[in-house]
Amino acid sequence: MTRPPTGEAESPAGGVAWQPALARSALLRRDPVRQADLLIVPERIVVLNEEAAAIVALCDGERTVAGIVAGVLARFPGGTEADVVEFLDRIRAEGWLR
Amino acid sequence: MLAELTHACPLRCPYCSNPTELAARSSELSTAEWERILGEAAALGVVHAHLSGGEPLLRRDLARIVAAADREGVYTQLVTSGVGLTERRLGELAAAGLRSVQLSVQAATQGESDGIAGVRAFARKERAAAVVTASGLPLGLNVVLHRANLDAVGEIIELGLAWGVERIELANTQFYGWGLLNRAALLPTREQLARAEAIVQKYREKTDVELIWVIPDYFDGVPKPCMGGWGAISITVAPDGRVLPCPAAYDLPLDVPNARDRSLRWIWEHSPAFNAYRGTAWMPEPCASCPRKELDFGGCRCQAYALTGDAARTDPACGLSPDHHLIKGLAGGGAWTFREAAPPVRGA
Repeated sequence: MTRPPTGEAESPAGGVAWQPALARSALLRRDPVRQADLLIVPERIVVLNEEAAAIVALCDGERTVAGIVAGVLARFPGGTEADVVEFLDRIRAEGWLR
Repeated sequence: MLAELTHACPLRCPYCSNPTELAARSSELSTAEWERILGEAAALGVVHAHLSGGEPLLRRDLARIVAAADREGVYTQLVTSGVGLTERRLGELAAAGLRSVQLSVQAATQGESDGIAGVRAFARKERAAAVVTASGLPLGLNVVLHRANLDAVGEIIELGLAWGVERIELANTQFYGWGLLNRAALLPTREQLARAEAIVQKYREKTDVELIWVIPDYFDGVPKPCMGGWGAISITVAPDGRVLPCPAAYDLPLDVPNARDRSLRWIWEHSPAFNAYRGTAWMPEPCASCPRKELDFGGCRCQAYALTGDAARTDPACGLSPDHHLIKGLAGGGAWTFREAAPPVRGA
């Protein structure tokens, strides 16, 4: 959002070489009370479904988008590459990925 | 969860959300008590703690409280005036696991901001903002809006953009406690609100920065869905261990539970205070048969009590309330009363 992502010159967020990582303000955690995966950001708590949580968990700043897609589709063969990419773009637009 | 770590504050804003009877410093929970409470909160399902005050930086054990929350997997956001937020202090907090900072400003310029805060603080806020953005932690700005600063909402947004914030919360004054005491001085005109809202809308089209507009319920004839429902999603712990469904509920005639005596789980599930207005069974007409009862939960209990003396009545902010005349057509203007900076000494 307001801050350039790290390594912007080589892998601009959203670009082909992008290696998505959670923003510093975002925390992914398993909530044993709700039995759900949560993405926690400054003013909001987002409840993720299993596939969404798997996508976010793969955003480690090292995997590229292609790597994440491969990882997710291996676990969820019913998904599509377009869905994964769209989800990544959506949470990047929210400022939760860099 | 809102953790009010202390009611002491260097600022004296006339709309302060603390109760008009501030908790004494000598009554504050110890570090060990906060550590235990945060553990109980996590077990109850709390995932988010706003570490607020007063000014939470006045607690010298703040980093230990942040660390305790982090150990329990509770996400922490510091809600601060910025006074005392040095690079060293923020470094300590970030190392302890702090995730986000929300900084208050009172207006867009030094003179106006300090005039509302009742103390010179603007320059320190500006430095605090720079310290936070340099650290890489996300910074949000929180501004309470009223008669004296609504016309400058564009300048306030510009200030936030210049300071590099990610989010600006533009919170129209809520009138209970100090705000109600100062209602005449704070109450804007309908025209001021309409102009300000149009400006916010214009900025939404040209910036990525999130702009949150907290509605002024006195003007819309629609009550706010207060706290997402009584005892539904939020819990407030006061500096002295009192536990409330909402930070404005100090004055309600409730048997207020205390985390020193009871577990948060018991308080949440079984205390009479948390069950008093839970759900919809307590509702009188016109709420009971209203199609919006699951949307706005009858509005705000604290406002109903402050204005009618009965917390179980429909919020007078609702156009359907038989008490709506109490707020309709109120005119603003006049001087304001600053809150005390320090809570009274116990026994004084």
